[in-house]
Amino acid sequence: MGRHEGAIVGKIFAILVTIITIISTAIFISRVWWLPPDISQLGAGIDHQMNETMVSSGVLFVLAQLVLAFFVWRFADNNDQRKIKIFPGGATPMVVVAIILVGAEILALTLVGSRVWASIYVTKSDPNSFTIDVQAEQFAYYFRYPGPDGKFGALHPDLIDESSGNYFGLDPANDTTARDDIVSASLVIPVNRPILLQLHAKDVSHAFYIPELRIQQDFVPGLVIPVHFTATRTAKSEIVCTQLCGLGHYNMRAYLEVMTDVDFKKWLNDQSAQ
Amino acid sequence: MTSPHSSHDAPRQSFLRKYVFSLDHKVIGLQYLDLSLVAVTTGMILSWLMRMHLGWPTKAIPGLGAVAPEATGGIITPEYYLSLMTMHGTIMVFFVLTTAPFAGLGNFILQLQIGAEDMAFPRFNMMSFWVTFVAFLVLLAAFFVPEGPPLSGWTAYAPLSAVGKDAGPGQGWGQTLWVISIAIFCIAQLLGSLNFIATTLDLRTKGMSLARMPFSTWAWFITSVIGLIAFSVLLPACILLLLDRVAGTSFFVPSGLVISDRLQPHAGGSPLLWQHLFWFFGHPEVYIAILPGFGIISHILPAVTRKPLLGPRVVIACMIAIAFLSYTVWGHHMFMSGMNPLSATVFSVPTLIITIPAAIMTLLWIGTLYGARMRFTTAALFCLGFISVFVSGGISGFFLAQPAIDSYLHGTYFVVGHFHFVMGVASMFGIFAGTYFWFPKMFGRMMNETLGKWHFILTFVGVYCIFMPMHYLGLAGNVRRYSAFTVDYMKGSVPLHRFITVAALFTGAVQLIFFYNLFRSRFRGQIAPTNPWEASSLEWTTSSPPPHDNFGGQHPVVYHGPNEYGVAGKDGDYIMQNSPESEPASESAA
Repeated sequence: MGRHEGAIVGKIFAILVTIITIISTAIFISRVWWLPPDISQLGAGIDHQMNETMVSSGVLFVLAQLVLAFFVWRFADNNDQRKIKIFPGGATPMVVVAIILVGAEILALTLVGSRVWASIYVTKSDPNSFTIDVQAEQFAYYFRYPGPDGKFGALHPDLIDESSGNYFGLDPANDTTARDDIVSASLVIPVNRPILLQLHAKDVSHAFYIPELRIQQDFVPGLVIPVHFTATRTAKSEIVCTQLCGLGHYNMRAYLEVMTDVDFKKWLNDQSAQ
Repeated sequence: MTSPHSSHDAPRQSFLRKYVFSLDHKVIGLQYLDLSLVAVTTGMILSWLMRMHLGWPTKAIPGLGAVAPEATGGIITPEYYLSLMTMHGTIMVFFVLTTAPFAGLGNFILQLQIGAEDMAFPRFNMMSFWVTFVAFLVLLAAFFVPEGPPLSGWTAYAPLSAVGKDAGPGQGWGQTLWVISIAIFCIAQLLGSLNFIATTLDLRTKGMSLARMPFSTWAWFITSVIGLIAFSVLLPACILLLLDRVAGTSFFVPSGLVISDRLQPHAGGSPLLWQHLFWFFGHPEVYIAILPGFGIISHILPAVTRKPLLGPRVVIACMIAIAFLSYTVWGHHMFMSGMNPLSATVFSVPTLIITIPAAIMTLLWIGTLYGARMRFTTAALFCLGFISVFVSGGISGFFLAQPAIDSYLHGTYFVVGHFHFVMGVASMFGIFAGTYFWFPKMFGRMMNETLGKWHFILTFVGVYCIFMPMHYLGLAGNVRRYSAFTVDYMKGSVPLHRFITVAALFTGAVQLIFFYNLFRSRFRGQIAPTNPWEASSLEWTTSSPPPHDNFGGQHPVVYHGPNEYGVAGKDGDYIMQNSPESEPASESAA
């Protein structure tokens, strides 16, 4: 290979890295593909954190790629006679820059981010939350409301019977609290009211993902996992499974409907009447 | 300690002993590389099938129906899609990314770099390869069992993977073979890791202090330490999973599960236990795949920039730091798993901290390019490509390391884009760099550089077209492991998926250039001199390919570190590690 050919390939590489960096960054900035509008009370914190991370790591991405491209371009001459140069100051500035730049970013992200995380996942739910039980199974979700008595009936896995619609394994014959439990295939909730979901898995692991609510949580067989949130707008969106659960995984979904308080009460009454 | 071979010519051996059950680390290294070549081709074809299905789910794939009864008429069913994905991930992670850069390249080169005649335990070495081979066959057998290949992903989360046929297709013999295969693979890796450690510590030639070891040897050494700990956790985990499947135990399955209308006869197990055990292995595994790449890049960069690597000891310290930290971060795969949310913060911090040594290393590589006299060999280009994709993949890690953001991105294509860049593509670029660089030593012939450059340029553009858009998909909430996008909000992602499919088919096709170059050069390439790249380490002091005992009955003596470039040596601008000349002043102009 001639010296000339080598230098050209080096310059092509530098140009490619530059083009790739510009296009990739431009698409991120354009937000053609981006998070859907947030409809939850705590989502703003997540979005803020996402934006912070996007900007700070975006800057690092662009800088690192462009410096790489520039050095390759600048020293691509393949001149075997030219004296080599050592980076001014040697390794020390690199180590210092990496520790300061990345360290500062980590510190900033962790300090703010862990507070956002804690506000959603560590903080206990509001004591006045409206509680709904969720059962995930291959490949559907069922949502259970306590009914007029405000109490959930106990669960008996051995009584689960899909054909009779007893998805949760309730025992209405012997358990009075179970008799008025309402089971729905959609998650219907009132707007602006704290909601507490209790996640149960009937068979294997599943997950619960609502992009608009910025909420995701696995269902783990054997555990009851709490999730709480408050929807701030009436909306209809999809709930999808993000934990591989078998052949129908791709099709496992349900709808979330956020209603006004009046509509919600009406819906709940209608369900009770059925 | 000495190896059993004392003469530089191999004793007269039967064909079987020489080429099949060989004790020669070079033959074994090539066997590993050939195995991973078969594995990577298989894995890539599986990814093609997946991509074609995601782009055009209702179109039949010509010929597929004939070879795979599960894909009736050539149309991939949801369960067959998941099987393809499971097998793709398993084959690529275990039989390519673990096998090629560590067991394959390491086996061939490490002994040459430290001036040893062979591995410390040549018989164990042979056994490691053949056990790996058996593991691969067992895994492939899962394609042909009645209930279909496994479909629980390469992570095989319980209870889906633990309860047997009730959980649906793929959960019969397919999943059992998967667990057995991985358990066998663990045994091979444990043997291999021990052997690498013993060899590095005990068989270094005179003067080859730890400080003078080449960076690639350091990386293989550190990788083997990681492997020893990681696989010794995965092995019992696999045995427990196997017992849950076949012996009715309940390590990972709790009571009260109703699957396929049947109350499962299990009680007392925990699905999270499997996740903890798996990821305690799984995260270090990422570094088993990528660390040899760090070493290879650090080893090749000085030879192609004609100057010493910036901060050589810092690079080694960073690799050790990463290896250590890799054991403290596994919980970041489980932020959404239902484990105590407080522990998410605990796992998040070391995950973010691990970016510091990674960033230092990257800056040192980039800093090494400053003032270089670049020689743009194909190996050099793959090193540069490695740096670029490692930066891209590493930076998307900033997002996923934070539980607050992971709560949105977890389980989406953002994750797929991230780990393919940093673990898949970067590791592959390391393997490519190593292959183009050491091929002359392996076969005594040069690879075609023009074809190599085309291979690099087209692959480099191709991988960005495949994996960068996956980050956009993830931001839009596109969920991974879906065989079709029937969910309303994801339907809009199909055009981008089609673009990725076209890019994947293109990039895959480009690899034919590599295969052609590899096979043609093996037999027809230009004859390689002893030291074609004017590199300083010991593998370049012996003939290409090296004799049976590596150094023709000699025991090289080492006087210098591996980083002596950009100096006025007697052979040129570098000093061979075994050259007794004193260290001349650097020619560098600051």
